[in-house]
Amino acid sequence: MKEYSVVGQRLPKIDAPAKATGEAKYAADLSLPRTLYGKMLRSTLPHARILHIDTSRAERLPGVKCVVTGKDTKGVKFGGWRAFPQLIDQYPLCMDKVRYIGDEVAAVAAVDEETAEEALDLIKVDYEPLQAVFDPDEAMKDGAPLIHEGVERNVCWSRFIDFGNIEEGFAQSDYIREDTFTLPPVTYAPTEPRACLASFDLSGRLTIWTSTQAIYTVQCMLAAALGLREGDVRVIQPYIGGGFGAKFELYPYEVCCSLLSQKTGRPVKMVYTRQEEFSATRTRHPMKIWLKTGFKKDGTLMVRQCKTILDGGAYTAFGPTVTFTAGFFHTLLYRFPHYKYEGYRVFTNKSPSSAMRGIGAVQPYFAGETQLDMVAEDLGIDPIELRLRNARQPNDEIPKLTKVNSCGLSDCLRKAGEHTQWQNRKKKLPPGRGIGIACAGQQSGGAFNWFRTRLAFSNVRVRANDDGTVELFTGVSDIGQGSNTVLSQILAEEVGVNFNDVKITAADTGTTPVDIGTWGSRVTLQAGNAVKAAGAELKKQLFPIAAGKLKAEVAELESRKGKIYVKSRPQESMAFSEAVMMAQAANKGKPVEATGSYHPEGKGIVSPAYSFVAVTAEVEVDRETGRVKVNKLTAAHDCGQPINPMAVEGQVEGSLHMGLGYALTEQILWDKGEMLNPSFRDYRIPTAMDMPEVKIIEVETYEPEGPFGAKEAGEGCVPPVAPAIANAIYNAVGVRIRDLPITPEKVLRALKEKAT
Amino acid sequence: MPPNRQIIELKVNGETHFVAVETKKTLLEVLREDLGLTGTKQGCNQGHCSACTVLINGKAVNSCLILAIRIKGKEITTIEGLSDNGQLHPLQEAFVNQGAIQCGFCTPGMILTAKALLDVNPDPSEPEIRKAISGNLCRCTGYVKVVEAIKAAAQNLKGSAR
Repeated sequence: MKEYSVVGQRLPKIDAPAKATGEAKYAADLSLPRTLYGKMLRSTLPHARILHIDTSRAERLPGVKCVVTGKDTKGVKFGGWRAFPQLIDQYPLCMDKVRYIGDEVAAVAAVDEETAEEALDLIKVDYEPLQAVFDPDEAMKDGAPLIHEGVERNVCWSRFIDFGNIEEGFAQSDYIREDTFTLPPVTYAPTEPRACLASFDLSGRLTIWTSTQAIYTVQCMLAAALGLREGDVRVIQPYIGGGFGAKFELYPYEVCCSLLSQKTGRPVKMVYTRQEEFSATRTRHPMKIWLKTGFKKDGTLMVRQCKTILDGGAYTAFGPTVTFTAGFFHTLLYRFPHYKYEGYRVFTNKSPSSAMRGIGAVQPYFAGETQLDMVAEDLGIDPIELRLRNARQPNDEIPKLTKVNSCGLSDCLRKAGEHTQWQNRKKKLPPGRGIGIACAGQQSGGAFNWFRTRLAFSNVRVRANDDGTVELFTGVSDIGQGSNTVLSQILAEEVGVNFNDVKITAADTGTTPVDIGTWGSRVTLQAGNAVKAAGAELKKQLFPIAAGKLKAEVAELESRKGKIYVKSRPQESMAFSEAVMMAQAANKGKPVEATGSYHPEGKGIVSPAYSFVAVTAEVEVDRETGRVKVNKLTAAHDCGQPINPMAVEGQVEGSLHMGLGYALTEQILWDKGEMLNPSFRDYRIPTAMDMPEVKIIEVETYEPEGPFGAKEAGEGCVPPVAPAIANAIYNAVGVRIRDLPITPEKVLRALKEKAT
Repeated sequence: MPPNRQIIELKVNGETHFVAVETKKTLLEVLREDLGLTGTKQGCNQGHCSACTVLINGKAVNSCLILAIRIKGKEITTIEGLSDNGQLHPLQEAFVNQGAIQCGFCTPGMILTAKALLDVNPDPSEPEIRKAISGNLCRCTGYVKVVEAIKAAAQNLKGSAR
């Protein structure tokens, strides 16, 4: 393999010094002269008709500049799933009724936060309470209250997948088992509460600085909601304090903030409170998963059948994708001929469920990987061996769905096993201790055009300057994962300049080409390919000129670290900057620029490439208290060729942390539609003291579809943590927990049941 | 001067400011809104996440829980006061080089908490580090590289003191 000069380096992130010194400005840090402060009035009822809203007292309060309700908006619904118009179902401000506690009813702009808050208290909303429904099973029953008119039985979206013939599969199986798993509502809890600053100029153009992972989709949806053209809206992403899917959609407050700015002629800023960040955003989908599986005696997986009910909350959000992936992921890890999936996403009167890191993956993998552990025990086959016998292999096709190119799953399993003294797990562990394993595979972004964009998913522009710098313009949002660094590395490698010579401008629809955003682990592969293509295009312009000067053929040239040289005679070289200067001169001063695009055309309906991982958990269970302590997590991860290994490790470590919270402590508690724990005190994400030792093992593959062999990294490490821990708990004390989180109460109850 | 305001003397990062503050304003609000020191982050405003950590007389404190008028005359250090003329403090340098920063929102508070620790305990054990930062919530890093960075900074600081 070619030796790279920039790709594969453990480079510190470009923006790290700005973040370490407090120089980095997040949305809440920004303000403009005469900025007003905005606040949202939210529904206090889970389901009610709005009879009347009286804003007169609020409007009279000194310092209040504007109050808006649904009738001040265009009354146009927005939503990301533009491929299916019936799924566009959220108003910027509720028009006729409210559907969850937290639904947006009115918005206020005032001279300061306190006045805006006071004004909210003065708005009087007359509601006619409607019967509400909180459980998806109840919501699907005949006679259940309808949350959206015309949506029968509250089924927002259903999705079916099938290949082979499951009847045949079960008939050919020697061993069949079925289990039900329950997955809880959890939420993103980014450390930054979202914020935005909106400002209209005199020409009627809106600029909004907002905590978003996807400037382009926000631009399109915001323009539509305001009755503007997309070009009339400029979306800029400042530094953003964590995404994980939380900041991927347009939210009503961004529309309202813009509307208030339009009406007042002044900049308006809104900052969520922590309580709003918990209760008025989105959650990960709670699911109930029924999974039936058939095996041959020798451990060959024959068939899977799955029915999943997804609790969708009040709106569609990104639910349709989750409904699909929750079925797809049952097919990714193992080879088997027969499959059938039915997924139903159901509206309830709670905050909407949507896309969260490990989208539609953590739930099915918990079910599948826990069940596989039970199968292994019943068949008397080691859990790693059982997985190896069925493991997905490179270049496999999954019928009707996708093709897997590179795949290091088997190596992940072997290496994770070797590292953890897996062989000792059966007998030699001290009492109360156990080891468990689970796997996952994850997509490198989506291939399906849910947003119905007419543009390629990733587009970039590059410009080579005669001072030796190369500028990169991309619509990608760096949300802390390090995409600005990784994309700069890819460009530096491709055009052959030093890393420090690349200057990146990202995430500003006014200056950067369209990119569909940072979600689903798509950026390194998809935007990376666009960057690489643009870099190659630059070389196409520069190399003929360099060839003339160096008296060589274009095919003989190479560039590296700011020099263009003849491959066979590296001493015959010229500065990259000189070639740029000559190219400009030859074109009457025209800048040396190029564009690059990538669209996952013809890559099935899921994703162009997949990462794989095996995670082992080593736990200690206290039989007296039921408390589970995780001592170590090991992740053997195949992410293709890492562009920046240090950034990859950071993604893996963060994902293991998020998986640990999902396994043991995180859960939104609902009471009749009211969120009981919308604070960091009552919603427990793991602290530095809860986080165990982490070991990461890199499993190298080369992904042919990715830039320099790279593909998804890290996100796939969230899903296996919970099943690995659940399997380790079984290994330690012999109890199976099928519903997350695994609280001490559940462990104690299970231990007690086992004893009787 | 309205009755709900007081003029207070604030010593922040070695500079003295006289600010007319509303008596109910927190130190966090005054730092961010009156002094423009937005490096101190508001993550929860409830004292749960420690993103707003500053040093008051060298001690790490949640600035969202303290009224500004209560700290007259005390020495306050915010993240902006840690680097010296563009030269990063060894803790900042370690956070950058070890990859301990992802979204960066918890970083200022995390670094200041670590500074308060290293000032009293220059050679902390890993459990001591984990305990010290256990109130600083991070959703990105799993704390792995944060702990490594604090260890590395402790080594560097010891080296430079010698």
